[in-house]
Amino acid sequence: MMLDPGGWEALRLSLFVGVFATLLSLPLALWVAWLLARRDFIGKGLLNALVHLPLVLPPVVTGYLLLIAFGRSGPAGRFLEDTFGLVLAFRWTGAVLAAIIMGFPLMVRAMRLAIEAVDPKIEAAAATLGAPGWAVFSTVTLPLILPGILAGAVMGFAKAIGEFGATITFVANIPGQTQTMPSAIYTLLQVPGGEAEAIRLVLWACLLAVVAVLLSEWLARRVAARIAGG
Amino acid sequence: MSLSVQITHRFGGFTIDTGFETGPGVTALFGRSGAGKTTIVNAVAGLLRPDKGQIIIDGDLVFDHRTGRHLPPHKRALGYVFQDARLFPHLTVLQNLRYGGRFAKRPATISEDGVIALLGLAPLLERHPAALSGGEKQRAALGRALLSRPRMLLMDEPLAALDAPRKQHILPYLERLKAEAGLPILYVSHAVDEIARLADQMILLKDGRVAASGPVFDVMADPAAIPLLGVREAGAVLRATVTDHASDGLSRLQVGAGPLELPGVKAPIGTTLRLRVLAQDVILSLDPPQGLSAVNSLPVTITGIHPGDGPGAAITLDASGERLLARITARTVKTMGLRTGLQCHAIIKAMAVAPGAIGAGPDAL
Repeated sequence: MMLDPGGWEALRLSLFVGVFATLLSLPLALWVAWLLARRDFIGKGLLNALVHLPLVLPPVVTGYLLLIAFGRSGPAGRFLEDTFGLVLAFRWTGAVLAAIIMGFPLMVRAMRLAIEAVDPKIEAAAATLGAPGWAVFSTVTLPLILPGILAGAVMGFAKAIGEFGATITFVANIPGQTQTMPSAIYTLLQVPGGEAEAIRLVLWACLLAVVAVLLSEWLARRVAARIAGG
Repeated sequence: MSLSVQITHRFGGFTIDTGFETGPGVTALFGRSGAGKTTIVNAVAGLLRPDKGQIIIDGDLVFDHRTGRHLPPHKRALGYVFQDARLFPHLTVLQNLRYGGRFAKRPATISEDGVIALLGLAPLLERHPAALSGGEKQRAALGRALLSRPRMLLMDEPLAALDAPRKQHILPYLERLKAEAGLPILYVSHAVDEIARLADQMILLKDGRVAASGPVFDVMADPAAIPLLGVREAGAVLRATVTDHASDGLSRLQVGAGPLELPGVKAPIGTTLRLRVLAQDVILSLDPPQGLSAVNSLPVTITGIHPGDGPGAAITLDASGERLLARITARTVKTMGLRTGLQCHAIIKAMAVAPGAIGAGPDAL
């Protein structure tokens, strides 16, 4: 299972992008999931479609749209560079953005289902006991949807470490900079004699996926047991 | 402490147009399913915003459609006990009990230990709601509402989801709560027996409107309320004092017009109870009864004869200042020559007063 330095680098970058993207998108995904599950507002359908768009668009298209918007000459890209000195295109930061966008629908979906499963009557009961809106959410809704949040986070993380199409289109495939694990596997398969290293990376990818799923299952079961009074 | 409700609300082709006021003690809101009871309680709690009207709690205008004022539920300081207990599934009973106290701004009127003792919750504190029976859930929910230090308790059919034995088990807790907590209660129910045992005032709803209201002893003895309560459920409520328990299982109770002997009375001697005497269980006799198996006979005066829509007629009776209601056929009224002012005897079959119709605890009146 020992990898070449380039392989380790790609694996490290993928994990880094995965953790970063998951943590960054978690609060926003939770908020959007709550909006979609519990609030009625004008443009709700549009927001729902926008969130789900990356799921149905070809990833290459998403990547290209990101490049147009967040490239150094794109409107959003220029704004971020001028205001915060943040460059996304062809940088690891861009890989994080691509991972966030691609994983977002999966996260929102899992969390929205969890929120919808919470009986609003229980929340109403909390309100009659004197709990203001924020307290109802943090003391009743949040503990009850914790398994859903975990499931969403694992889905988002898994999507982030495996994202390929949008990432390679938006930030290319620069070793040590933007070459994530899937990009590295793709590159190795293009050169003669690269199969052995590619297979080792594939094994690592499988290992990570299995560990992530088992970990989330275990956490979700523990939380569910605690909620049900185990 | 008072509650004043004057609201109009339309939903699904049905209109609620209702106005009433409540004072201290227990006010029952009675109506058949779909009469709009829950809608009204939800409006009082702030969980529903009525189309029009005003709601005033303790002089505090919590809803007024003209100014657009609608105080959110968490600022109304009302304890709501739902039909489906709605305990927090992820918290233990003790954590559920303490939930409301965190947000309460009013001073505590009853201590946590007091509530636990009153409702018999001590053995349940460490359990989660999933491990509780229906009756235990309702007791925990009641305790939780009490400990949120409410100005008033709202109870929406708290016993409707329970089977008859559990209901009989929890009713004494409610009687104790009424006597000890000193909190005004708005008690929603479609069960006449619960209201006969608990309520001081009673409001009868029909199709979203108030059809009758007043002290529970008056409304229950009002012949006009019979179609609203149902002919089998109608009947006056008497106050009776336990004077003796005989060894054969019968107890002697004193009402204004004389003694009654009834089975299944568990309250100690000297306690005042409520007796619900169903109108269909009262037999009228012109002469003092002799050679009858029914032992309970009270001298009464007929105060009114009210023919119903069908073959029945309701007879209102005065029993030494207390009101009784009898339901007999119109033909019997004619053949017996019954008329207002006539003195006769009301015979109540001992077994007809079911144990559930007898209050189990002291009545704070």
